[in-house]
Amino acid sequence: MLKILKYSFYDLMRSRWSYVYFAFYLLLGVVLLFLNNDLSKAVITLMNVIIVLVPLIGTIFGVMYYYNSKEFTELLLAQPLKRSSIFLGQYLGVAISLSMSLVLGLGLPFVFYGLFKSSAIWDFSLLLITGTFLTFIFTALAFNIALSNENRIKGFGYAILLWLFLAIIYDGIFLMSLILFEDYPLDKLSLFGTMLNPIDLSRTLILLKLDISALLGYTGAVFKQFFGTSFGLVVSFVALLLWILLPVSRMIFKSKRKDF
Amino acid sequence: MVNIQDLYKKFGKNEVLSGVNLDIGEGGIFAVLGPNGSGKTTLIKCLLGMVIPNKGTISVLGSNIKNGSAYRRKIDYLPQIANFPSNLKVKELITMLKDLRGKTMVDKDLINLFKLEPFLDKKLGNLSGGTKQKVNIVLAFMFDSPLIILDEPTSGLDPISLIRLKTLIETEKAKGKTILITSHIMSFVEEVSDEIVFLLEGKIYFKGSINELKTKTNQPDFEHAIASILTENHA
Repeated sequence: MLKILKYSFYDLMRSRWSYVYFAFYLLLGVVLLFLNNDLSKAVITLMNVIIVLVPLIGTIFGVMYYYNSKEFTELLLAQPLKRSSIFLGQYLGVAISLSMSLVLGLGLPFVFYGLFKSSAIWDFSLLLITGTFLTFIFTALAFNIALSNENRIKGFGYAILLWLFLAIIYDGIFLMSLILFEDYPLDKLSLFGTMLNPIDLSRTLILLKLDISALLGYTGAVFKQFFGTSFGLVVSFVALLLWILLPVSRMIFKSKRKDF
Repeated sequence: MVNIQDLYKKFGKNEVLSGVNLDIGEGGIFAVLGPNGSGKTTLIKCLLGMVIPNKGTISVLGSNIKNGSAYRRKIDYLPQIANFPSNLKVKELITMLKDLRGKTMVDKDLINLFKLEPFLDKKLGNLSGGTKQKVNIVLAFMFDSPLIILDEPTSGLDPISLIRLKTLIETEKAKGKTILITSHIMSFVEEVSDEIVFLLEGKIYFKGSINELKTKTNQPDFEHAIASILTENHA
């Protein structure tokens, strides 16, 4: 598996897209710091961008990589290699190189701005950690979609739909249901609903860490009670981890039964 | 060498293999023939574990292929369509495969044989179809495995390379290897193969030597013998 990982990683490192992605984050970090002139404010703005953009790029890139490396995969399948290691290697190659672009691209400007002397370092680290989690989650989801769809156009379509649903539509439905059932106690439901969507979960985690949960009103208080504790934090990270493990295990399961 | 029992494979509603039984002994060149869509490539891909059969067992060199991927170390495979990662250089692809499968010494000789030195630093995406096929052949013969599977090895090759390929196949055969070939070029098959396996509608229609086929179909030459099978069954 490590050899496949190595080759996928090198392949991606040589492709233009990793640099574009890296340069984009570098630029984003520099511009935000320049405009905000304040580390913790830049972190908040950055959160909004990361929460939406990282999943999108993970999904598109994952689907694109899978379809583009079809030939490479077929070549590997005829070699004495396990299917699980071929696909796991490719998945990790994509996810790691994307995470590296994210962490380095955003990290460098912040480090040069004096992150290590600032109190925002923990908030910023949490931002990068959730960003990395989101990259791993959405790349795994993308690989699942690509494995199940031979047709590229369909695969891309489903991937975009998935992103749209989790990043935007889910929130809409969630809010609607909160308004619809406002006469009932909703704290449990909203907690549960947040856990089911990795994007929402990451957003909540960061917002609470940034201590602006007052913006969320009553729900914010409930959330603070849950996520603010170390128990809540552990549960959230377990939920994010599950969001990686479940798609990855389906990917391995599916790849073992697929004809090439 | 290869033992296939009661092999079934369906793609959706399309049944491609319906009960293939095949026993291939050690040494010699076996040609798998059949009209388009008769399941030749599917059969080969089943052997390689790329296509997973619905039913049936396949064993290669005595081990069931379901028990892991290590048996593929004993197989060299030349795919039908030479699709390679297009942003890799020829040299890098060869190094990569050597890294994945282990050391080999014969790659230099093969590159020499097919005159590929000027292309080593070129990207695979920029090569012509015939040159890609030559790279494909080099990769397939590089590891000196006891079983060699060639799916349409002649496609896109110029006459000199075709002659070189034939010599290469003969030398490999002389080493006692088992070689499985599919091809639509009947003259090529007639020249190189010891035994033929004819697939028709997902079943083995005939297995035996070319002379046996000629007697069976009452035809004086090989090409007509094959044609007569096809007309009899599709007329």
